[in-house]
Amino acid sequence: MNNAKTGLAATLALAVGLAAVGPAHSDPVDDTLVIDGELEMVTRVKAPEGHPFDEVISGWHYRTDETRALEADTFQNPGMLYTQRGEEVWNTVEGEAGKSCASCHEDASASMKGVGAHYPKWNAAAGKPFNLELQINDCRVSNMQAEPYKFDDPDQKALVTFVKHQSLGMPMQIDLSEGEMQQWWERGKERYYLRMGQLNLACATCHENYNGNYIRADHLSQGNVNGFPTYRLKQANMVSLHNRFRGCIRDTRAEQPKAFSDDLMALEVYVTWRGTGLSIETPAVRQ
Amino acid sequence: MLKIGLAAFGACLPMSIPAGAQTASDATAETSMTGVPGDPDTGRKILADRKLGNCLACHTVSDMSEHPFQGDVGPTLDGVANRWAPEQLRAILVDAKMMFGDQTIMPGFYTLKVGVDVAEPFQGERILTAQQVEDVVAYLTTLTKDPN
Ligand code: HEC
Ligand code: HEC
Repeated sequence: MNNAKTGLAATLALAVGLAAVGPAHSDPVDDTLVIDGELEMVTRVKAPEGHPFDEVISGWHYRTDETRALEADTFQNPGMLYTQRGEEVWNTVEGEAGKSCASCHEDASASMKGVGAHYPKWNAAAGKPFNLELQINDCRVSNMQAEPYKFDDPDQKALVTFVKHQSLGMPMQIDLSEGEMQQWWERGKERYYLRMGQLNLACATCHENYNGNYIRADHLSQGNVNGFPTYRLKQANMVSLHNRFRGCIRDTRAEQPKAFSDDLMALEVYVTWRGTGLSIETPAVRQ
Repeated sequence: MLKIGLAAFGACLPMSIPAGAQTASDATAETSMTGVPGDPDTGRKILADRKLGNCLACHTVSDMSEHPFQGDVGPTLDGVANRWAPEQLRAILVDAKMMFGDQTIMPGFYTLKVGVDVAEPFQGERILTAQQVEDVVAYLTTLTKDPN
């Protein structure tokens, strides 16, 4: 932390010194996200105690006018197709027990409202934090006697999107007082500042020190997770959070940790905390 | 040896540059690392190539305006030859951390001081070869037009 702070200060000092020769930094767009003209989203919020920023800002503010507009309109948002597919999966019986998600949880709009806003959550039986993917797999194995989904199975992405969407507009907030969540937070924080790969970059190098700048065509955001799974226009597909983490890590030319590995689960806990208070935007639309 | 532009530029960065520049000129050769002069045309290509320098990810160069989507993470390289002597440009490329400090985002292009968990194909490898560094330096020394 100390290190990172000094680094940031040095970077800022340098940036000021170079202002005469460097192009201007582009601020996040000043705009308000209202879904279908009805649901006003919290996309900027005061950062929690101990956060390196004063204000937490959704990645939505860093996208173009067209991309922002797509997310604001449910009919145009391509991610909504996956939400619909997720609803089908929710109602589909699978596994030896002859059950669907709906057999136990019934109407998702009631039973799942708010649920996705509070993950990852401590799972005492597993002795580690569970994200929605792991929780769903646990339900499939224990309650449905079905196979767990493989990472990024299209049905896994659709179902997670559907469940998260039931919390649309609700503030993201995880409970760090349960079990060993605080230790996982610490571990995630360490990882966030760890320089990796041949390019020698940490998450913080890009998302803490340079958000607001362009890296090629990409307007660097704070790297918040409140929109996941996210529809990425570049890939014309839904992208899960661990897929995004792995992509960012690959770009540093580092070995990519496996999805749901302890490293990535710790990062998910920490980065989710960094976005505390932002509205769940799933399915968000990004570049 | 130092150009006037550099002195003026150094004055706005009292904490890092003079010390860094000193170390670098002590530590690196004044002339080509390979004994072969760099080729500016090849250097220009390396700047744009996403698998090599990918310098345009972070820097703008108006001489390379045929490449869209130049980043602004670092300062423009326009006029960079007026701000740094060739041996300093070489030192920046070899290991930017020696020049700008540990926390710089700019990768070291000819160093094995890298981050953890380097992916298999890149293990023990430098990003550029010594000759490629020379080529890039040769191109950078042609950038004498200051930004407006
Ligand atoms: C080389 C720069 C770089 C590094 C290092 C990096 N990222 Fe990213 N990241 C990006 C870019 C570019 C994007 C797409 C634009 C944006 O939202 O910032 C992105 C997007 C993201 C997003 C999606 C944000 C949204 O609103 O959809 C998350 C989450 C994220 N990064 C997390 C991380 C984490 C965690 C790490 C470290 C393991 C990391 N990044 C390392 C460049 C980087
Ligand atoms: C990931 C970002 C990034 C990449 C890639 C990058 N640089 Fe840089 N570069 C910077 C930053 C940022 C600075 C300013 C110093 C600092 O803040 O650390 C800089 C500074 C410089 C300077 C000094 C500029 C001045 O006017 O003082 C030169 C020269 C330079 N870079 C050349 C290059 C070349 C050539 C390449 C490719 C081979 C390259 N850089 C790749 C980020 C980058």
